[in-house]
Amino acid sequence: MSPEILIAIIMTVIGASTPILIAALGELVVEKSGVLNLGIEGMMLVGAIAAFAVTLTTGSHWLGVIAGIVAAMAASMIFAVLTLSLMSNQVATGLALTIFGIGLSSLIGEGYVGKTVPVFGSFFPAGLAEHPVLKLIFGHSPLVYVSVALTIAIAWFLKHSRAGLILRAVGESDHAAHSIGYPVIRVRYMAVAFGGALAGVAGAYFSLVLVPLWTEGLTAGRGWIALALVVFSSWKPWRLFLGAYLFGLVMTMELHFKAAGVTLVASEFLAALPYLATIAVLAIISWRGQEKVNAPACLGKPFRETT
Amino acid sequence: MSEQAARLELSGITKAFPGVLANDHVSFAVQPGEIHALLGENGAGKSTLVKMIYGVLKPDAGEIRWDGQTVHTENPKAARALGIGMVFQHFSLFEAMTVLENIALGMDTALTRQALENRVREVLDTYGLILDPHRHVHTLSVGERQRIEIVRALLQEPRLLIMDEPTSVLTPQEVDKLFETLRQLAQEGCSILYISHKLHEIQALCDTATILRGGKVVGDCDPKVETAKSMAEMMIGANLKSVEKKERGAAGPVRFAVKDLAAPADGPFGTALQHISFEVHAGEIFGIAGVAGNGQNELLEALAGEVTAGGTNMVSLDGEPIGNDLTGARRAKGLCSVPEERNGHGAVPDFSLAANTVLTARQRMGLVSSGFIHFGASTEFADKVIQDFNVKATGSEAAASSLSGGNLQKFIMGREILQKPDVLVVSQPTWGVDAGAAAAIHQALLDLAAEGSALVVISQDLDELLAICDEIAVINEGHLSRTLRVGEVSIDEIGLLMGGIHGAPKEVSHAA
Repeated sequence: MSPEILIAIIMTVIGASTPILIAALGELVVEKSGVLNLGIEGMMLVGAIAAFAVTLTTGSHWLGVIAGIVAAMAASMIFAVLTLSLMSNQVATGLALTIFGIGLSSLIGEGYVGKTVPVFGSFFPAGLAEHPVLKLIFGHSPLVYVSVALTIAIAWFLKHSRAGLILRAVGESDHAAHSIGYPVIRVRYMAVAFGGALAGVAGAYFSLVLVPLWTEGLTAGRGWIALALVVFSSWKPWRLFLGAYLFGLVMTMELHFKAAGVTLVASEFLAALPYLATIAVLAIISWRGQEKVNAPACLGKPFRETT
Repeated sequence: MSEQAARLELSGITKAFPGVLANDHVSFAVQPGEIHALLGENGAGKSTLVKMIYGVLKPDAGEIRWDGQTVHTENPKAARALGIGMVFQHFSLFEAMTVLENIALGMDTALTRQALENRVREVLDTYGLILDPHRHVHTLSVGERQRIEIVRALLQEPRLLIMDEPTSVLTPQEVDKLFETLRQLAQEGCSILYISHKLHEIQALCDTATILRGGKVVGDCDPKVETAKSMAEMMIGANLKSVEKKERGAAGPVRFAVKDLAAPADGPFGTALQHISFEVHAGEIFGIAGVAGNGQNELLEALAGEVTAGGTNMVSLDGEPIGNDLTGARRAKGLCSVPEERNGHGAVPDFSLAANTVLTARQRMGLVSSGFIHFGASTEFADKVIQDFNVKATGSEAAASSLSGGNLQKFIMGREILQKPDVLVVSQPTWGVDAGAAAAIHQALLDLAAEGSALVVISQDLDELLAICDEIAVINEGHLSRTLRVGEVSIDEIGLLMGGIHGAPKEVSHAA
């Protein structure tokens, strides 16, 4: 394999990994607070179309990203009100949010189908960003650097900050946290909003970086992979980071095999690989035993303030 | 200054839950430096009352005065800011976190990890408590968990410390040490509101007692003047039946034998069992004393069949080896068991009482055939348990979680005892249970033994073991001591065999 192909592979893997990493980081924080939001896919799509539309109108990528964040956060707040204040079932509401997001993004995006925006590329000078080797470091969208910074920040936040400790406490035992005097519902609202914001960033990455052209259902089920990734990582940010790149590699396998001229395996099989890998990973993790799975104890359980 | 004002004064506190009046015009006062007992049966409203003082719940009516000033404690944080500390009965701990993280969560001021650890070690030293700050809570025993709560409260330097059943899991020496601590705190001016069912402890420790029954204050007394029996009777509003230990003749044949039992530790911080051997004769109750976390969980699991023993001969019932049988097979052969944890281990909280009977009594009581549940039979059996054991529940369809701790424990004990097991293994039969229910459970155990069953009672409550057992052995770090005859052994002697806890077995033994 020539170095050019290797570099190309690494670039595609980073491209494919970044949005699921960002979305999964958000979901990790949400789940750490004890809430299971299955609506990542929907929130990403809402974020994607908002980012796309605003970027197309204003010409500013950053304004687009902010629009994506705001839109996906708004969608996550619908989920939060329903599940946290009105105690609806989190699984059902999350699924509904996904369906809602798919529908809403198609509706808003109807007029944008086929339109393109300039790629939200590297902000480094072309000499660095397009250098055949140095582009490995400098040739990425700003959102790639953001995703790495987010991993570090969230890992630190959960492990070392007091707010992170409270967040974990709320996800671990909502009643105990309440009886010590922490505002369980408020903490969960904030976590869901944060998860929504990151889903918005991930959505913006799809429509501004990965495929800077609007098509319906642009995210192609990657929200579900992000969700599996959180379980895969056993709710640990660093493992999530590695997992995202591993999944990125599997997801782009089809392209790499084509590029390398390998025709041993049917391309349909390769396209299905990430989903097979998801199932395999989940099975292996559960098989390793309950203790090591490390799921927040209150995950998915509604909290009522009684006695 | 406010020398005259009571540290805490409640007047006319009323709190209703749907269908229940938990507190009905409760009034009493706690003076500075006073150790004040709050007595009452389960369901008398003690927990509700202290939750209102601590700001977890808000009263519907009435007034709380702190140093003479009316206060509205909006939340526990506000209560802590006033100087109220609390040790919960149902611990407010986070299982997947370390001791230190749990303590940090209870602090209102953020400290660095190192500073907090130093302070925790300081408090542990000052009050003679042993606890490893870096262990995860889910690996700790009930006793150790309670210690976290105590340390958490003490770190706040409280002016009123509320303690809900604090001594239920300590060795006699540790209890003495704790009482020393509490007296020292009281001398420093801290008031203590002490909830316990152990009436002799209240007599030893408390200056005043307020007795609650059915949500109302039914009396105040000086525990040093009253007898334990008179206080218990005020509490339950009726005469307390004393436990009758019938005279028994010579011991019957060996029914249950454990020979050189070994079992791996339950989880990374559990205690492995080694060379456990004992025999229980027909009609005998064999007690296993020890401080929490010394292998009791593993022992119960190994005896009940939740884990199989290394060899089938390690456990035998009436001479038949059952070491390789699992719980279901052991039950079918006549060995029933009651674990320590009521919710989630002894009973499924969200299931009805009737459904909970099916889970353990299906074989012996014929509640299932060809894979179908006999709902009639299970309902009937649940009703019989409720009636015979005087369980306060709305009926056999009530969810297990709707019962108070003592009532659920009575139900679980009744469910096993009415199956007339040949051998019954129980762990902590009266933990967190009031005096009336405890007496009923003790009597039921004695009656079962009198009918010729062999019983094993694992308990951290020495008084309980001494009251009902014929023989006692002490478990310490996974080893069982020699067997001691009750009546020929002193509390101090057993206390010394109990030793201490993980890694520091020597320190506690000097406490007495």
